[in-house]
Amino acid sequence: MIPDLIGPWLAELHRSTGLNFVVFYDGFEYRRFVAGAVLSLQLIAAALAVSLVVGVIGAWAQGARLAPVRWLMGAYIEVFRNTPPMVQMLFFYFALGAYTPQIDAGGYYEPMITAFGWALISLGVFGGAFNVEIFRAGLEAVPKSTHEAAESLGFSRWQIYLYVTLPLAFRISLPALTNNLVSLAKTTSLAYVISVPEMTFTLSRVWSDHVNVPEMMLVLFVFYVGIVTIIAAGLHLLERRLALPGYGQ
Amino acid sequence: MSARAFRLPAALARPGAPALMPRPRLWMGLVLLAGFALSVAVAEAQQAAAGRPGALAVLRQWTPFILQGFALNLGMSFLAMAIATVLGLGLGLMQIARSPVLRLPAKFVTHLFRNSPWLVILFAVMYLTPFQMRLPQLGLVMIPDWVKATAAFSLPVMANISEILRGAVNSIPKGQWESAESLAFTRGQTLREIILPQCIKRMIPAWMNWYALLALATPMASILGVHEAVGNAQAAMEAAGSRPEFLGPFYLFLMGLFFVYIYPISLLTRRLERRYAVTL
Repeated sequence: MIPDLIGPWLAELHRSTGLNFVVFYDGFEYRRFVAGAVLSLQLIAAALAVSLVVGVIGAWAQGARLAPVRWLMGAYIEVFRNTPPMVQMLFFYFALGAYTPQIDAGGYYEPMITAFGWALISLGVFGGAFNVEIFRAGLEAVPKSTHEAAESLGFSRWQIYLYVTLPLAFRISLPALTNNLVSLAKTTSLAYVISVPEMTFTLSRVWSDHVNVPEMMLVLFVFYVGIVTIIAAGLHLLERRLALPGYGQ
Repeated sequence: MSARAFRLPAALARPGAPALMPRPRLWMGLVLLAGFALSVAVAEAQQAAAGRPGALAVLRQWTPFILQGFALNLGMSFLAMAIATVLGLGLGLMQIARSPVLRLPAKFVTHLFRNSPWLVILFAVMYLTPFQMRLPQLGLVMIPDWVKATAAFSLPVMANISEILRGAVNSIPKGQWESAESLAFTRGQTLREIILPQCIKRMIPAWMNWYALLALATPMASILGVHEAVGNAQAAMEAAGSRPEFLGPFYLFLMGLFFVYIYPISLLTRRLERRYAVTL
């Protein structure tokens, strides 16, 4: 455990220099920090997953034969891309949250969808609006001739979509997708505004308790830059693994 | 089939560039307005039955106050964009410098601010910069919160503009550098007279896209007590009695406000993007 490992040294650092990295030597604050970090990671992972699902379904809906479905999809994309994500989150949590049913939690009532749930929905829908466009552009970039070649080999419509178009479209979309997922991971810090106790919120509590803003700010920067680096590195690795031999630079 | 077939259009592959969109239509905006009108009408009918001023009446009463706040959003976004453009271009030029003394710090700053959440940067600037400053003529001057928020918003945009410049310079074919060299242009001359003029056109759509993102981020300033549109709307709801039925209309109104301003910008961005699309 970190407090056992470097705790004494950090406590000494605090005594001698005043630099107070309290979350790494105090047991209570350490548990608070870990809880915040875990919640942040959960929120990031879930928001990315929801946004991907929304993106895939949306890209499919944009190619729908029914015109109203395409219109609704277009309106959804435009609204969520061109309004502030923070106001979207406030709207989801406060305006829609007021209408969700309460459930009996043994004597007292709890909203069916928690703040975390609303943050997840709002972030997934926001990030999904961008993913729809990315996937659609990828699908459109697959050359017609590939489609025709598959057709001439006797593939059915679904087989072409599943085995030819989709794998190629995914590879084409990857660079743009990486950008958007990274940006979405950073946007999860907005859950602060609806008091989801993720990293930003947790550390802001810590620095108001201990008046150690610079130190906690440093921890916060390291946390997010670290996460973004890991996500970007993972997706770049995937990009290289999936690269088509003979294509691209 | 050429190798090019498997690549994204250049505009999409560039970091920070918006995805290409289908032909946008006026009705997309109308859908938002219709949703807004519907929710307000429902709330209004409920309140009229209860004999209190409805949410719509309250909203109408407080609209000037919210618009006043929105003016600050616009002001912050203009100012932050100006700062970000100047600093970002400088940082971008440092990034493409040959000397590691210039290049490495510029790369570090770019990556730090590109990879941190806006909110964290906002907190850092708000809490870690002094709230007052001693100026030579004026003595001790308080720095208003909105000025600090503006400075904070300019930092991530600065880093992204720096990256856009680097990307644009890299997108110019290498042959141009070589031909310029064979014509005895120095590196500075090549950059000033050949490379950068071509970059400007390529950078404009991405630059506008970042302006839109910046304007959409300005409501975060309300978290730290800046009286912009969202902060004012929340204050208005509180002043009018904090009734839960205010929340829907007020937040939808805010979304509509930003949408009306940002949507034309994003339409123009897409049009320019198509016009300036780099054909390889």
